[in-house]
Amino acid sequence: MSHSVELAGIGMTFGTTRAVSDVTFKVAAGEFFSILGPSGCGKTTILRMIAGFIEPTEGRVLIGERDMAGLGPDQRPTAMIFQSLALFPLMSVRDNIAFGLEARGMSRPERRAKADDLLRLIALEGYGDRMSGELSGGQRQRVAIARALAVEPGVLLLDEPLSALDLKLRQHMRAELRALQKRTGVTFIYITHDQSEALAMSDRVAVMSDGLLQQVASPRALYDNPATPFVARFVGETNAIPGRIIQVQDGHARIDTALGSLTGRAGHGAQAGQPGTIYIRPEALMPGGTENTLTAGIERVDFEGSFALVHGRFDGGEALAASIPSTRLAEAPEPGSRASFGFAPGHAVVLGDG
Amino acid sequence: MGELKNRFGPGLSTIFVTLVIFWLAGMVLAPNLMMIDYALRPNLPPQALGGPEDTYSLANILYLAGEPTHRAIFFKTIWASALVAGVTFLVCYPIAFWLAQRATTGQLAVAMLLIIIPFFINEVLRTLAWFIILAYRGPLNSALMNIGLIDAPIRWQGDGGVLAAMVYAYILFMLLPIYNAIESLEKAQIEAARDLGAPTWRIHTRVVIPHAKAGIATGFVFTFMLAAGSYVAPALLGSPGSRWFTEIIYNWFFEGGDWNRGAAYALVLLVLCLAVVLVTLKLVRVNLTDVAK
Repeated sequence: MSHSVELAGIGMTFGTTRAVSDVTFKVAAGEFFSILGPSGCGKTTILRMIAGFIEPTEGRVLIGERDMAGLGPDQRPTAMIFQSLALFPLMSVRDNIAFGLEARGMSRPERRAKADDLLRLIALEGYGDRMSGELSGGQRQRVAIARALAVEPGVLLLDEPLSALDLKLRQHMRAELRALQKRTGVTFIYITHDQSEALAMSDRVAVMSDGLLQQVASPRALYDNPATPFVARFVGETNAIPGRIIQVQDGHARIDTALGSLTGRAGHGAQAGQPGTIYIRPEALMPGGTENTLTAGIERVDFEGSFALVHGRFDGGEALAASIPSTRLAEAPEPGSRASFGFAPGHAVVLGDG
Repeated sequence: MGELKNRFGPGLSTIFVTLVIFWLAGMVLAPNLMMIDYALRPNLPPQALGGPEDTYSLANILYLAGEPTHRAIFFKTIWASALVAGVTFLVCYPIAFWLAQRATTGQLAVAMLLIIIPFFINEVLRTLAWFIILAYRGPLNSALMNIGLIDAPIRWQGDGGVLAAMVYAYILFMLLPIYNAIESLEKAQIEAARDLGAPTWRIHTRVVIPHAKAGIATGFVFTFMLAAGSYVAPALLGSPGSRWFTEIIYNWFFEGGDWNRGAAYALVLLVLCLAVVLVTLKLVRVNLTDVAK
């Protein structure tokens, strides 16, 4: 059983600090939904308001269409995975998983059977009698998930649970979380500051900055059609070149910049005569391209395995980031040289400033 | 020793070590050995010392075993000290939990100050304050009569008065170890337990108390030992019916003039206290080294 979650104009003020302002979105039942933003943007506050640890100072939280006002975390159909996991170190793995069932008054044999089922689900069969301290990072992670799933929540809230793991394990756990979500059908609300994590796992992503909701969209739409300059810069790498928009036609916008006139898709707030910025993804910049050409001084080339990242400065002074697939490494410019790049208009977006 | 030498040089470190040895040998070991020596010898007039009657025996300890009043007071002191420790725990645990997990930094500072300030005053004077509060025509009785809870004054002195004064006197020794233990408990664990649907009492019995076990055991050990060895509170606030074992030891030394029997009684109290402490720690599976921390 899974629930939808709706935030209707919620806001939170701590003393004089405004942590969250007027956030509204709806998460469908069974969706994998991420809230992405830099630290301090209010995403954890939102999660804690959904869980019921804090009451919003404005607005309403509805879970499964039901208003949650006045209900504590123990009365809501949610379960939370904490950043630190918060496993109980003095209890065995099985007792950890069965804790919520014990609190619900389930008998010992029933609890045991259910905990063992969950241990099977997370592929830790036979680990029930170990102490949580004896497990590896990834195993502890899975126990925390099993402990939360044991109480059959309608919504699972995850507060950056992968941040303590190393890269390889993190990537593995991403796939595992995604698979678990599909299998259980529970609504997942996942908090992260890691954009690749959010893009890789989620059905939809909400981007937050300074307590304000910036955009709610699918990962692809977020990447291709950012609604605000913040989203364009925060989600993925980008080359941002400011200028003045001179023409908007047929979904394309021409913008006059210090590097000449460039064309990209017209995005939010792109109006002729207004100041704007063109955002070009690093992978869209082709060395020696003939359309929309830009010249830049090359500072260094970082080989990262599957691609090389070219860093430098455009003639207008903006930072250059271009990624070149390893298969075409021969085309990469030399550090210290000058090189020209081009991009297809469809691979860049022009947004109005402000 | 090597580390000490590296840090402070040979001169200072020799002084430190000598002082510690002097302290342990002169202030701890020697008096206790003397007490054992006294306890095992009969009380003799000076001219008979070293004579044929001056031999080691358990007679003084057996005297306690055969004296029903003293024996009863001895066991009462033991269980009453345990009761003091238990009541002190009940008083301190909620305060310690609030201080460690709920209070803001400002509240913590104020509360700690309020709790510690009375301890700047001598224990005798603090007990005397209770003596005044609990007096037959004292403020507590008149307050209770004024609000109509009682019709006639109550004689608080006796077991109740001793308990109240001791609990008050030893609050810090229970509060601080428990506070330290709970303070190290990650907040998220309490939140996780609550999030999983545990009611408050279960959060405490399953998460907070197991985590704070060593601190609680430390508080119990301190409070129990202090209560069992307390003299001021029972002497000031007790009644003839609520005599404490320390009072009997005192009497042997200063009124009965029998230091040997007094030493034997003190020895028995020391040994039994140690036994109670060690058994308690064993039962709750806490090491003595954890307590020492």
